[in-house]
Amino acid sequence: MHEMSLCENIREIIETEARTSGFTRVNRVWLEVGALSCVEPDALRFGFDVVMRGSVAEGATVEITTPPAKARCLACHEIAPLAHRYDLCPHCGAGPMEMLQGDALKLSKLEVV
Amino acid sequence: MCGTCGCGEGEMQIDGKTHHSPAREIALERDLMAKNDSYAAANRQRFGQAGILALNLVSSPGAGKTELLVKTIEMLGAATPCAVIEGDQQTANDAERIRATGVRAVQINTGKGCHLDAHMVGHALDNLAPAPHSILFIENVGNLVCPAGFDLGEAHKVVVLSVTEGEDKPLKYPDMFAAADLALINKADLLPYLDIDIDLLVANARRINPRLDIIRTSAKTGAGMADWLDWINTARRPAKAAE
Repeated sequence: MHEMSLCENIREIIETEARTSGFTRVNRVWLEVGALSCVEPDALRFGFDVVMRGSVAEGATVEITTPPAKARCLACHEIAPLAHRYDLCPHCGAGPMEMLQGDALKLSKLEVV
Repeated sequence: MCGTCGCGEGEMQIDGKTHHSPAREIALERDLMAKNDSYAAANRQRFGQAGILALNLVSSPGAGKTELLVKTIEMLGAATPCAVIEGDQQTANDAERIRATGVRAVQINTGKGCHLDAHMVGHALDNLAPAPHSILFIENVGNLVCPAGFDLGEAHKVVVLSVTEGEDKPLKYPDMFAAADLALINKADLLPYLDIDIDLLVANARRINPRLDIIRTSAKTGAGMADWLDWINTARRPAKAAE
C-alpha cells in the first residue's frame, strides 16, 4: 500500500501550506493521477481519509483527475494514446511504445477556508 | 460558495461583513514524489562523489535475489569492495546471509511498509558507510508493485524474475519492468522441468521496455553469472568516470 505513504506526503504538503498561506480548513483537494502511474485511485481515496484525520484536511472531498497516457511508437514514430503499457501501436500495429506522459502524481489545487 | 454551510457568496452580511470567510482556491501543482525524489537526489550525489555504483534489486518474493547476491559477491571476490542494504518487512535473515560472505550489510525492516524509500536508504548509508569505488547492492522488499515508484538514488533498477513465474509476468506487473534497466531471468537451471516459453517472456518484457537488457542466470549452477558480472563492470565505468 504505497498509496498510504503518498497520502502522508499530501498531508505534509497541506500542513506546510496551511502555515504559509494561513488557512484552517481544506474543503476540497484536487489530485492528478496519471492513467499509467503506479497508483490506484480507490486506494488513494481510502488512504486519504485515514491519513487526514486530525489534520486541517480531515473530511475534505477528493477530486481525482486522470490524464491519459501518450506514447511514441519506436517503429513508425507516431504518437498515440496508450491504455496499457503493453499496447502496440494503433498506426502500424508494431511497437514497442515508449511512454511520453501519463505517470504523473500531483497535488494540483486546494479549496480552503 | 461558502465552505462552511454551502450558502452563496455575498448573500448575507453581519455588521456589513460576510458571516464567515469565503472559500478560496490555492493552486499548488506539487509532485507527490518530490520528497522522495529529493532524498534520492542526495543519495545519488553521494554515490557520484564516492564513485559508488548503486544497484536496486527488485523482484517478487522468492525470485532468488539473496542467493543471487551471495553468489555475485563471491564471484566478484575480495578485489571488488561491495556493501549491501537489505530490505524486508521483518527479520534480519537476509543481512545475515550476506554477512556470512564477509561483506558488510545493513538490514532495513520496513515493518508494515511495502517498499524501501530514499529516506530509509539515506539513513542506512550513514550506518553502512560504503567504501569509495565500491558496489552497493540494495535488495528491495520482495514486491513487484510498490518499489517501482520509489527512486532510491540508484544507477539502475535490476528486476529479478525466476523462470517459474510465467511468461506474462512483465505484462501483469508492467511498472516494474518499465522502471528497470536489466532483467535477470533467474533459476534457469529449472528450465528442463518447466513448460515456460522464454522467448515469449523476453518479447513480453521488451514490449513493456524496449531498452531492457536481459540475462538468464542460475545462481545455483553459475550459468549466466559471468554475463551478469560483465554487465556490472560495464555499469561501473560511468560511476568511475563521474568521479
